[in-house]
Amino acid sequence: MAKFEYAPAPESRAVVDLKPSYGLFINGEFTETEGGSAFKSISPATEEVLAEVTDASEADVDRAVAAARRAFNGAWGRMSGADRGKYLFRIARILQERAREFAVLETLDNGKPIKESRDVDVPLAAAHFFYHAGWADKLEYASLGSNPRPHGVVGQVIPWNFPLLMLAWKIAPALAAGNTVVLKPAETTPLTALLFAEVCQQADLPAGVVNIVTGAGATGQAIVDHPGVDKLAFTGSTGVGKMIARSIAGTRKKATLELGGKAANIIFDDAAIDQAVEGIVNGIFFNQGHVCCAGSRLLVQESIADDVDKRLKRRLSTLRVGDPLDKNTDVGAINSKAQLQRITELTAAGEAEGATRWSPECELPSKGFWFRPTVFTGVSQTHRIAQEEIFGPVLSVLTFRTPHEAVAKANNTPYGLSAGVWTEKGSRILWMADQLRAGVVWANTFNKFDPTSPFGGYKESGYGREGGRHGLEAYVTTEGKA
Amino acid sequence: MSPATTQNQRTPAADTRVDVRKTYKLYIGGKFPRSESGRSYEVTDAKGRFLANAAQGSRKDARDAVVAARGAVAGWAGATAYNRGQVLYRVAEVMEGRRAQFVAEVRASEGVTERQAESLVSQAIDRWVWYAGWSDKYAQVLGGLNPVAGPYFDISAPEPTGVVAVLAPQASSLLGLVSVVAPVIVSGNTAVVLTSELRPLPAITLSEALATSDVPGGVVNLITGRTAEVAPWLASHRDVNAIDLAGAAGAADVVWGDLELAAAENLKRVLRPAGTSADAVEPDWTRTPDLSRLTAFLETKTVWHPKGR
Amino acid sequence: MVDATARARDLLGVSRLTNAALTTWLHGLPGVDQVGCEARAAGLGTRSIKTTSKAWAIDTAISMIDLTTLEGADTAGKVRGLCAKALNPDPTDSSTPRPAAICVYGDMVPTAKEALGSSGVNVAAVATAFPSGRASMAVKLADTRDAVAAGADEIDMVIDRGAFLSGRYLDVFNEIAQVKEACGSARLKVIMETGELVTYDNVRRASWLSMLAGGDFIKTSTGKVAPAATLPVTLIMLEAVRDWRDLTGEMVGVKPAGGIRTSKDAIKFLVAVSEVAGDDWLDPYWFRFGASSLLNDLLLQRQRMRTGAYSGPDYVTDDSPSLY
Repeated sequence: MAKFEYAPAPESRAVVDLKPSYGLFINGEFTETEGGSAFKSISPATEEVLAEVTDASEADVDRAVAAARRAFNGAWGRMSGADRGKYLFRIARILQERAREFAVLETLDNGKPIKESRDVDVPLAAAHFFYHAGWADKLEYASLGSNPRPHGVVGQVIPWNFPLLMLAWKIAPALAAGNTVVLKPAETTPLTALLFAEVCQQADLPAGVVNIVTGAGATGQAIVDHPGVDKLAFTGSTGVGKMIARSIAGTRKKATLELGGKAANIIFDDAAIDQAVEGIVNGIFFNQGHVCCAGSRLLVQESIADDVDKRLKRRLSTLRVGDPLDKNTDVGAINSKAQLQRITELTAAGEAEGATRWSPECELPSKGFWFRPTVFTGVSQTHRIAQEEIFGPVLSVLTFRTPHEAVAKANNTPYGLSAGVWTEKGSRILWMADQLRAGVVWANTFNKFDPTSPFGGYKESGYGREGGRHGLEAYVTTEGKA
Repeated sequence: MSPATTQNQRTPAADTRVDVRKTYKLYIGGKFPRSESGRSYEVTDAKGRFLANAAQGSRKDARDAVVAARGAVAGWAGATAYNRGQVLYRVAEVMEGRRAQFVAEVRASEGVTERQAESLVSQAIDRWVWYAGWSDKYAQVLGGLNPVAGPYFDISAPEPTGVVAVLAPQASSLLGLVSVVAPVIVSGNTAVVLTSELRPLPAITLSEALATSDVPGGVVNLITGRTAEVAPWLASHRDVNAIDLAGAAGAADVVWGDLELAAAENLKRVLRPAGTSADAVEPDWTRTPDLSRLTAFLETKTVWHPKGR
Repeated sequence: MVDATARARDLLGVSRLTNAALTTWLHGLPGVDQVGCEARAAGLGTRSIKTTSKAWAIDTAISMIDLTTLEGADTAGKVRGLCAKALNPDPTDSSTPRPAAICVYGDMVPTAKEALGSSGVNVAAVATAFPSGRASMAVKLADTRDAVAAGADEIDMVIDRGAFLSGRYLDVFNEIAQVKEACGSARLKVIMETGELVTYDNVRRASWLSMLAGGDFIKTSTGKVAPAATLPVTLIMLEAVRDWRDLTGEMVGVKPAGGIRTSKDAIKFLVAVSEVAGDDWLDPYWFRFGASSLLNDLLLQRQRMRTGAYSGPDYVTDDSPSLY
């Protein structure tokens, strides 16, 4: 028993007003499904049922697209950029005002620590709306062409790892550019999107500009296939991303895809070692490793590999795994049983392949979905755990001798979302950044996001960028309308 | 509170409340001092009727304002763009809350109708919002990577120039004022503003909005008074980095060329007033601006770094 | 008594301890990334310490205080008042722990020793031309010896920052080693004056140099220069003592001093000790707070936990109100 035990410090759930069931948010109001069904959203930390949520039918998707189209042809399409911006400012402000509510709800539904939803997810989501509010009436400055215009109706499907933040990344630029939206949150994390619908109402956003349609794979497919949707934006697995790319082939429907990754976090022998260890930890254990750009491969220079291994394991033993609502929790619950099974299977494969497995000792709650932070050493490129995205708190450690070797190993993957470089030598940082085939390079830091900073991948990590001036490109067109 | 309604009432009628009238002071370093000279001057409405006594700022007030503005540069320029944008957006929120006061003062100062005053105030608030939204974007539009012919990372980025003296427009007492102040401070500069000589009241109310909006003291300093008296001291001040001469247009006894001459002593960046040759005119502030008022007060810094293993 | 120079030669793997050898060794330590270090400190500061753990932390923090008065205007009366406070911090609650030590100027040691008797509260004396350190070695050693002769249990010395910043590491090493020798059985705390060292790389190097030269404690500040003790700087020092123990098997103590005024701040430091250096340092023998007003804030928090209501300055005794 440690000398300094932290007593439980639970964030109160009382701030959230959970309804027993939720309909769909179409045309500015909550409405019952036409022909769809219901499913339950549970807390992955306790397996308790949080609420019943609608599984939207094709008819529901059709209604939502029609509402979005009417809004685009009507009030929203006629509105000046400055006025669109004002609605986005209102939304940003309300997110700030209701920040605690959103943070607690996100933690309940997703399983991530309250510390993260409170300090990262919700503030960044509000910041995205603030940033894009300012672009709405300045598009002519964004080097998007002489007369950038919105596409029309945008269909957006988002994942379960950062539910509210991914919603902000999708909706804010879409609306800033003048589009209207039909968005489907992930089936395991619909609740903050449904609360966001309330924010739209509080902001008096014209009906149909934002439509939230909950459901699972079939609902997502209905959105992808709908002929009334002009553009798609998807964040999720590479597998589904490829399906979408196939679905739209031969059509004029545009898409941006933000998919998986297997990022290399590269530590050189002259790195600021204590901060590098923090970077490793942030890279793969932040958000339980449910991060597309997670630093899931540690590439450590061989001469310091033992020292880094020792420091890393010592640091991991201070990580606190447990109740996501406890303010001192560092690592929360795995989002679903299915995801837990996948992580379990892949880590078993890692052991079978001959890598050495290690986890710090920590007690896990009896209910809920949990996985201890895990480190595999003695990993080589051909191991499944070095190639496949695990999407969990599992780190694979490989070594290298020279910068060229690090680059070769880092790039030797179909993915290309992000990479980390740790060295005190500036010229090496810039050289490495040039060589790495990744959309985001973090030098002496990791997992940093900002609404002004474009994010997206190379190769099978997807195409298109979100955030910054570059992120606006996907949401406007300079082509004539047919 | 409408100053115009109390004009000819020396004796209050039985059912009229005796109002508490506002004192108009300077805004320097986040505080509201009177002029160190102790002087004031009469401000009248468009029809010549008395509105208020405004502080008559002196060269020493301007000197103190520059000290305050310089002291505020490090913190304001060092804040994140996001933070500056939030603060500026908050100013717009507070202005919106004080609409009625601004409308009354603009109406009285400029002699426009109620409807026109409403429109001008709305535009002023919207103008402020427009500039607030630029804080975290202009660097992306104005800066960028330079593809030099060698193994170097080479980037150019805009930076604020420092302390900017601003002669606010003489005629457009709120919209024009906002249009010259917001672009200066959104990028991290601080401002010493000489308000419209004859129409200073909306400016002081604006300073109240600034003081209650998390704008750090010294970022904006407002001096009311005679433009011809104070402007030359700002134009020649060697700790002022740039000067906006918009308010030379229509100002009594002001020759903007002389001010530019004085500014040349320390090579201030000079934004000349609108107009042709020696004439200075006030432009149409209702037109949506471009980036020129931003870029006028930005320096460009270029950084090189080799790329090598 | 360790021969610091011989041990240093051994650790560095050199036959002669030269300035060049020390420079190579110190400059070969890993750098510190400022942004990353401050982010970790900020993260540690978000720990929420409640109920039983808060009560423990408050009592532990009190027991780690070096209750300090270092004013030119200090008198016997002032020092006696401070000692009385140390012996009975909260007259309304005898369960209140005592601070670890009183910290005074060398010429006040006899007064403090008499007032504290055999209570077990130590007397720490600042020495070596505190706070500036700008005097000859002879003067600095005489300063030290006087305090030791008067009965000081601990000596808080200052390093020569001018020498450090101009790269004369061997001079700094030698002065620490000589002062350590003059301490006899008194424990030596080495004040690095991190505010004047400015960079985190310097803080790391000064920490390792101080440990190499035989310091028993590394201490952030004199309290006369701002910034004094910050969480990031203390973080680096905690990493240093942790890594030093891995290398040599020896423990060295850490003392942040100056600028820690609230219980909330003190608890953040304890979190850092716990999560960075570990349990062994959570003890007054290895961790101290150099503070004066912190004690009363801890007492106010203690009262709040006991009574359930917020307390105020009327309910804690003040033996050190401001001169002006």
